[in-house]
Amino acid sequence: MESTFPRLLLEHAKVRPDAPALREKVYGIWQTLTWAELAALVKRIAGGLAEAGLARGEHVVVVGENRPRLYAAMLAAQSLGGIPVPLYQDAAAAEFVFPLQNAEVRFAIVEDQEQVDKMLEVRAQCPLLARIWYDDPRGLRNYSEPGLASLDSLIEAGTAYERSHPGFFDAALAAGSPHDVAAMFFTSGTTGNPKGVVHTHFTLLDRAAAGARFDKLTDKEEVLAYLPPAWIGQNIFSYAQWLATGYVVNCPESASTVMIDLKEIGPTYYFAPPRVFEGLLTSVMIRMEDAGAVKRWLFRRFMDVARRVGPAIMDGKPVSWADRLRYRLGDVFVYGPLRNTLGFSRVRVAYTAGEAIGPDLFTFYRSIGINLKQLYGSTETAVFVCLQPDHEAKADTVGIPIEGVEIKLEESGEILVRSPGLLREYYKNPQATAEVKTGDGWYRTGDAGFLDAGGHLKIIDRAKDVGRMADGSMFAPKYIENKLKFFPHIKEAVAFGDRRDKVCAFINIDFEAVGNWAEKRNLPYAGYTDLSQKPEVYELVRECVEKVNADLAADEKLAGSQISRFLILHKELDADDGELTRTRKVRRGHIGDKYQVLVDALYGGKSKQFIETQVKFEDGRTGTVSATLKIVDVKTFPVLRRAA
Amino acid sequence: MAERRIGEVILDVRNISLRFGGVKALTDISFDVREHEIRAIIGPNGAGKSSMLNCINGVYQPQEGSITFRGKTFRHMNSRQVAEMGVARTFQNLALFKGMSVLDNIMTGRNLKMKTNLFQQALRIGAAEREEVEHRAFVERIIDFLEIQAYRKTPVGRLPYGLQKRVDLGRALAMEPQVLLLDEPMAGMNVEEKQDMCRFILDVNDEFGTTIVLIEHDMGVVMDISDRVVVLDYGRKIGDGAPDEVRANPDVISAYLGTSH
Repeated sequence: MESTFPRLLLEHAKVRPDAPALREKVYGIWQTLTWAELAALVKRIAGGLAEAGLARGEHVVVVGENRPRLYAAMLAAQSLGGIPVPLYQDAAAAEFVFPLQNAEVRFAIVEDQEQVDKMLEVRAQCPLLARIWYDDPRGLRNYSEPGLASLDSLIEAGTAYERSHPGFFDAALAAGSPHDVAAMFFTSGTTGNPKGVVHTHFTLLDRAAAGARFDKLTDKEEVLAYLPPAWIGQNIFSYAQWLATGYVVNCPESASTVMIDLKEIGPTYYFAPPRVFEGLLTSVMIRMEDAGAVKRWLFRRFMDVARRVGPAIMDGKPVSWADRLRYRLGDVFVYGPLRNTLGFSRVRVAYTAGEAIGPDLFTFYRSIGINLKQLYGSTETAVFVCLQPDHEAKADTVGIPIEGVEIKLEESGEILVRSPGLLREYYKNPQATAEVKTGDGWYRTGDAGFLDAGGHLKIIDRAKDVGRMADGSMFAPKYIENKLKFFPHIKEAVAFGDRRDKVCAFINIDFEAVGNWAEKRNLPYAGYTDLSQKPEVYELVRECVEKVNADLAADEKLAGSQISRFLILHKELDADDGELTRTRKVRRGHIGDKYQVLVDALYGGKSKQFIETQVKFEDGRTGTVSATLKIVDVKTFPVLRRAA
Repeated sequence: MAERRIGEVILDVRNISLRFGGVKALTDISFDVREHEIRAIIGPNGAGKSSMLNCINGVYQPQEGSITFRGKTFRHMNSRQVAEMGVARTFQNLALFKGMSVLDNIMTGRNLKMKTNLFQQALRIGAAEREEVEHRAFVERIIDFLEIQAYRKTPVGRLPYGLQKRVDLGRALAMEPQVLLLDEPMAGMNVEEKQDMCRFILDVNDEFGTTIVLIEHDMGVVMDISDRVVVLDYGRKIGDGAPDEVRANPDVISAYLGTSH
């Protein structure tokens, strides 16, 4: 799309001046900002920034929740050729230091006192930071730091500037080019400093428009903006696509009211990571258990129908008329009200991405008539690389490459992408840029995967974690672990197999789920360690592992990584013991070293092994846990050749 | 604490004695409260803290002594008069309408401010509708201030204790009080809830300039947020002053920790 964000804003203000652009719930009532009002606001803020001396190509930090005036501030900066740098509002103050220094930031526009405090805290380390404007003045009355002022005062200054410099705004817009830098997003590197991903108006808008065409989005969509604006996903959904199509973006009242606001707005286009969908489902299930007997019976009965025929109906496959009738009835009694409770009554397109979604979870939403799909992309690709078309959504793929995207697979399994939406560079980091961008314009995603028979991309793991079995077949530990973790009784799993002749696994049971399971069976247990070593529990887990093996066998490339042996760990893997990262990802290497004896026992063919482990309690004390762990063999399956 | 502008004496309690039959709940208590300050009344169990608050509040009529509020001296007052003068309070063991929503509970705090009568309100005639909208707008500001937007429509009985306490505070704030009496606002809370409540008390004081008299049990909390502290023990005043002075007062130490004789 050959335009810029502010030019699109003016276009909307001309074409649909009185249509709502943004809504925000304030004091319990949804307040609307029309496109014309928004354009006027943006002009004023731009005037204020111009008066403050914002130069072309200069970075402006924006920190806060999704707030209309912060969106306006980003547009205002872009109008003058400035580059908004949204930062995570829940980051600690110290995390702001690097972006502020790296991008040589002089101006920051922040939401409230919390963010102001953080800015002031790091000011000594970021001497360039001259001006800070805040949206919400609460609690800031007694602050007298130099350069700190309210957004209102900036708007006031801008109004005066507009009067004394008529035409400055149009001139600034005319001077901008679609290939100017539009925004910079810092990606949270797991190691080292974060990297600033540089995107132009063209890269972001091209992808936003391609995604919108793919799902036939119109200016009638309703979107709820509730994820951090510093994350490119939210930025694309509620900023780039918003301006590309002219739909309405709704800002929730506060972080704690998102679910209520979701229900009130009833978005037509929705995005959430799997954990949000999981949380919603859990809350429904808990409430169903408290419901009366009739309701529970109806729910169970019709959910069975939904599970059986719902996905097929969603995919437009033939279904018998009797089943159709049953499903229709279910829609009246259960699915419709359920969609309403979840706030999904009007959802036309819902996406999930970011991590693997469990097949049960995915199918649940599709079976009750929500068009939930998956997509693949990253900050560096301006999100849209692969999307699942309607009627072709599967739990284990991420869809087909959309218009403009080319995909290439390396020998190692790494996915390479070429599209008009690729990042220009990592800011001031040519070395990192060279590592991910090849000379002929391909971007290395760092993900490993392959295209299945239907042309859908399947992501299996991070490329660096993908290993080879002794016989040379591919070993993708995370793929296997995720499959195991989708079972409610399994909390964590660690798969070993790189450069070995077979795959073995550690399993962590989910104490709550397995505990409940045991109670229902009148199976007594003394605690986590005791429960984990019950023969009945081993049997339960063995069934899960076998199902995973059967699943893997269906896939030619991964059939070699079926799990031959496993054991159940005597303690929960814990971030405090260094076994998980703070974001709850297993640290496979560290676990392998720490439990070397167990790995040796798995591969050495032993049937049990004694282990003693030091654990850290939450209050900082340490203690030891010891147990003799059983090791069990599992059935593996011959490779099923695909018919295709 | 930042330079909060503490003003003139707004509430002056002189030689208050309160007896229930032969039991002396309060004996000759005198202290004053200045405008915009946070004034704490502390003391061990049974020291007479709540009785003191109830005297100021007009619930109890002390046998001796006087209370001067904004230059007017009173010997006998009922709680409605006190409320009309701009004194609001919260309760130690919550007195909320459990079955009503958070919003409705806080709305009850606007009762005194409503000019229209029941008849007008029921039939929505005259100024009733406009008045309701104004009061609702005010209540929404309180809901926003106390960050309880997510529970607006939730029946109070279903909320956790810490949030109920916040609603109780919200209802008191709905009266737009000049003086706010808080009866053990932090009792029964966990550490995090206590911190939240402290922040709200400081914010109320800072944002609206409300004078706050609070009773508290937990010395640590009180010392952090109060400007001046009165210490009661067995119905007598044993200390009065800035937190540091009070902390160093030997009588206070012995009342709290006990001394060997």
